[in-house]
Amino acid sequence: MTAGPKLVSILRQGPYLIASIHTALDDGQMVRFQEDLIEQIGRCRSRGVIIDVAALDVLDSFGSRTLRTTAEMARLRGAVTVIVGIQPDVAFAMVSLGMGTGTVETALDLEEGLAYLDTLRTRSAPDGRVRGPR
Amino acid sequence: MTTDQNSTSGHLASGTTLDQIQDDQLLPQLVAHLREHRTRLRQEWAGRIQEAGLLHAMTPQEMAAETTSVYDNYVEVLETGSVEALQRYARDLSERIIPRGVETHEVVGIVLLLRDVLARSLFEKYQGGFGLLNRVLDAYEPAANRIANTVAVSFVDERERVIRQQQDSIRELSTPVLPVRERLLILPIIGVLDSERARQLTEQLLTAIRTHRAKVVVVDITGVPDVDEAVANHLVQTVDASRLMGASVIITGLSPEIAQTLVTIGVDLSKMDTIGDLQGGLEEAERLLGYTVTRENGMASP
Repeated sequence: MTAGPKLVSILRQGPYLIASIHTALDDGQMVRFQEDLIEQIGRCRSRGVIIDVAALDVLDSFGSRTLRTTAEMARLRGAVTVIVGIQPDVAFAMVSLGMGTGTVETALDLEEGLAYLDTLRTRSAPDGRVRGPR
Repeated sequence: MTTDQNSTSGHLASGTTLDQIQDDQLLPQLVAHLREHRTRLRQEWAGRIQEAGLLHAMTPQEMAAETTSVYDNYVEVLETGSVEALQRYARDLSERIIPRGVETHEVVGIVLLLRDVLARSLFEKYQGGFGLLNRVLDAYEPAANRIANTVAVSFVDERERVIRQQQDSIRELSTPVLPVRERLLILPIIGVLDSERARQLTEQLLTAIRTHRAKVVVVDITGVPDVDEAVANHLVQTVDASRLMGASVIITGLSPEIAQTLVTIGVDLSKMDTIGDLQGGLEEAERLLGYTVTRENGMASP
């Protein structure tokens, strides 16, 4: 593990996991973040994941692809993913370069993301299973 | 060239006093002549302007004042050879007369008229010696042409500046992002949507989404005259970028013609939520946000 301040924090919040990326990650760090997150979903039995990218002012194609695949993996492990806090500049750059988040849900900020996951839970079946996106 | 001519004319007309004037004294003499006959020449010029039907946007008093200043500036440039003062004056004058609808051809015409009036008076003064007249004109013409050029350029520059300024203000005015309800924005687009404007518009929208924490945005394109593939792609990008910020976009104001065009050219708008008019779009947006609008009984239609 690299020394110095943590680049990513993964916090447990009730049935959800909140992963905040604090700074731009290189490809290796991104992959490690993905592995950590997927592993944590199983350990915490999380039903929803929020990835907060508000601190990022750049997001390259590898980064957005990793976020997409992370969401897909999380879904297979039983958690819905919401990406929150994409900055206006980043959103515009992503769209101009033709990279999106695919079918992954996005929300304005952490609060909105939590609200979205809550609505999914109230609408979900009695056995507690969360509906997938779309 | 000049020295050549000087020697020839000097040789041919030796003996006459006028021809013995040195070259460097020609211009000061000319300027003195123009100063001396200032009133008469200015009036003649003003008469020519009226004859030609130029500048009817101005009152006679204004015209008298302006022609006097132009005349003085003109003579000054002939004297000093520096066009800077004239440039400043011409810009200032243009600033005053452009809003009143004075056209480029009028301004150029007026300056050329002055050039002709002064040239005629020179012909008259130096009619005795052809050689000397030639030398005087050699000194006069380049300066006069430079003046005409300067005035025309200053006028056009000023006009372009005004046009640019207006374009900027139109651009700013034409992309308002308006909050209509909490978390609901409308963005009416009016005018041609080129890629530069589309970029600016998307940027403004994204910023507004963040500041207003908007969940739904209604983009109304009733005022966009032509929707082609490029414009449609801009719209798709705007919708995608807004979605990344967590807001859904409803496009309204697609006329039957535009719908037909889009289908014919095969733009993929399947990802876009479209509704015929702004009213419908607002109703749908309110539904998405959970608003219900009811009308009290007894307050029915007028």
